[in-house]
Amino acid sequence: MAESSWLTEFPQLERADLRDIRKSLDAGYREFSREYGELIESFFDPLLTFLVWFEKLLLATPWWLVIAVIAGLAYFASRSWKLGLGVVISFMLIGYFGMWDNTMRTMSIILVCTLMAIALGVPIGIGMARSDRTQSLVTPILDVMQTMPAFVYLIPVVMLLGIGKIPGVIAVIIYAIPPVIRLTNLGIRLVDKDVMEAATAYGASPLQRLMGVQLPLAMPTIMAGINQTIMMSLSMVVIASMIGVKGLGQPVLKSITNQYFTLGLLNGLAIVALAIIFDRVSQAYAKRAQEHMKGLENG
Amino acid sequence: MADVLIEIENLYKLFGRSPAKYMPLVHAGKSKDEILAETGHTLGLKDINLQIKRGEIFVIMGLSGSGKSTLIRHFNRLIDPTEGVIRVEGSDVMQFDKKELQHFRRHKMSMVFQRFGLLPHKSVIDNVAYGLQIQKVSSNEAKAKAKEWLETVGLSGYEDQYPSQLSGGQQQRVGLARALCTDAEILLMDEAFSALDPLIRSEMQDQLIKLQETLHKTIVFITHDLDEALRLGDRIAILKDGEIVQQGEPEDILLNPATEYVEAFVRDVNRARALTVETVMKDPACRITAETIEEALKQMKGFKQDYGYVVNADGYQGVVTEEALKEAYADDKTADLTEDIMEEVDPLEEGAVLESVIPCTLEADFPLPVVDDAGNLTGRLSRGTLSDVLGERA
Repeated sequence: MAESSWLTEFPQLERADLRDIRKSLDAGYREFSREYGELIESFFDPLLTFLVWFEKLLLATPWWLVIAVIAGLAYFASRSWKLGLGVVISFMLIGYFGMWDNTMRTMSIILVCTLMAIALGVPIGIGMARSDRTQSLVTPILDVMQTMPAFVYLIPVVMLLGIGKIPGVIAVIIYAIPPVIRLTNLGIRLVDKDVMEAATAYGASPLQRLMGVQLPLAMPTIMAGINQTIMMSLSMVVIASMIGVKGLGQPVLKSITNQYFTLGLLNGLAIVALAIIFDRVSQAYAKRAQEHMKGLENG
Repeated sequence: MADVLIEIENLYKLFGRSPAKYMPLVHAGKSKDEILAETGHTLGLKDINLQIKRGEIFVIMGLSGSGKSTLIRHFNRLIDPTEGVIRVEGSDVMQFDKKELQHFRRHKMSMVFQRFGLLPHKSVIDNVAYGLQIQKVSSNEAKAKAKEWLETVGLSGYEDQYPSQLSGGQQQRVGLARALCTDAEILLMDEAFSALDPLIRSEMQDQLIKLQETLHKTIVFITHDLDEALRLGDRIAILKDGEIVQQGEPEDILLNPATEYVEAFVRDVNRARALTVETVMKDPACRITAETIEEALKQMKGFKQDYGYVVNADGYQGVVTEEALKEAYADDKTADLTEDIMEEVDPLEEGAVLESVIPCTLEADFPLPVVDDAGNLTGRLSRGTLSDVLGERA
């Protein structure tokens, strides 16, 4: 500091000070995780139990039954036999190339993550839509969640909960939840003011307005958010595999370190297939649920 | 009929961050523009006093920005006033807590909106039943009732359509059916027909008038269209810059505009269509009640005119001229005054609009007699009166 002027050099913190700050923060967090790690872990126990049970269920069910159920769901959501057939073919290929078990694991974790993201994200989005203050508070947090490199928040999660399914789920949710929150907020805010006023004028309670008007009218936007959430959680699978989440991510990770091109490609394609199936099914379902919008499009 | 249902006293609305702080300025008599310049607050309504009677159509008229939509939203507290009292059936609406307000909105008032405010995700029948659904009436009962009202407004067969599949006029019929379906006593109509094209609008006005004949609701109707106001309103209040400049019966406003502003409005009104015979007719001076020709001629001499309206216990009979009387007198002066010597002149009805009586009034040689529903002579309408009223331009 003494020899160089602050005009030419940025007046930065002394290295020693910086090191001290890092040390004390790290130590503090370590202390915290030692102290409360188990408590928090036990808090997540029910979730873990469910996850393990669901994964076992998918793995124990005979493959043809799984395919039949998923193809059936796809058909009923979309009423399109093409989509049903596409599901059957994709899963056949996945199974044929020996990726069945990993696909089931990935699917179970994605489903759980999506459900958790919806269960958490929609209420948060509603809260944001109800108050401008909440919105201005939550928005920067969402920005951080979406731009902060996943590895960075993996560190504290792993420090706290070790490696395994639960930290994986948490990491995936942190990464994938912002769209559903943002779009729920946006969808509700975009609901026609006139319609809301009419509902109020007829004496609808806040709950009646929410359930009867806001959510149904915001549904197309919310569904777009859910769709994005599913896509983002699928893309997080590979990174989550770094902290011990079993599934399609692990072979991909293995092929990066060992330069197994084909293995990586096959597992990557399986993730893509899952993504497309989830996307098409959820979109087709959303579209069918919005039958009344047809008139609007046709003018 | 005459009891007051809705009462508004000294109502003020100041829009802005801290309206209460600047209310003294309003009371000090500063104008809307001065207040806006000094404080950034917009004076929405200023010292509104209204009494709306049970069973009447009360029209609040004003141009955009006059505060009429703000005012109607005070009735069911979609907007809260800065100061003032709103009483409905004697209870102060401002004192209601949330639950009471909800109950009040569900059962006392229903509303029709300019841009319909229908729920796009619900079918037509569910839209009509919406008010009842909110009240947690059983679904079957609500639908049955909704179906009835849909029929009344002429939309049966459209139950399962969605609002977006209907035309504007049809959508507003759904809005009207929804408002009627809750059986609320008070109907608030916020520019309900303004978004419709003229033909449909006048159709809807007719329908509303017809419905009102059987329903006898208390209707508060907002419009920017004076013709509409005159057509529907039992009484009219004219709003300008948040203040009521005149209120009264339609004829009153048309014939005695209180300010230049009202006058400017009234100038463009088609008076021939807005006024009825009753409102402009003169007293029937030349009334002949005699039974014989001699007496009749005597009566006629008393008038300045050379004609008279023959009236007996059964009401108006016809017109007789001095000339005809004299001729008959020469014949037989003691004879009864019979139809033979009278001229058959069809009388005008009190309730007829001027437009419909223009041709016959102009063609007649003398002022036409006017009768009430029972056939009694109540007035006369001359060419001069007609041209005075229709030609009058302020």
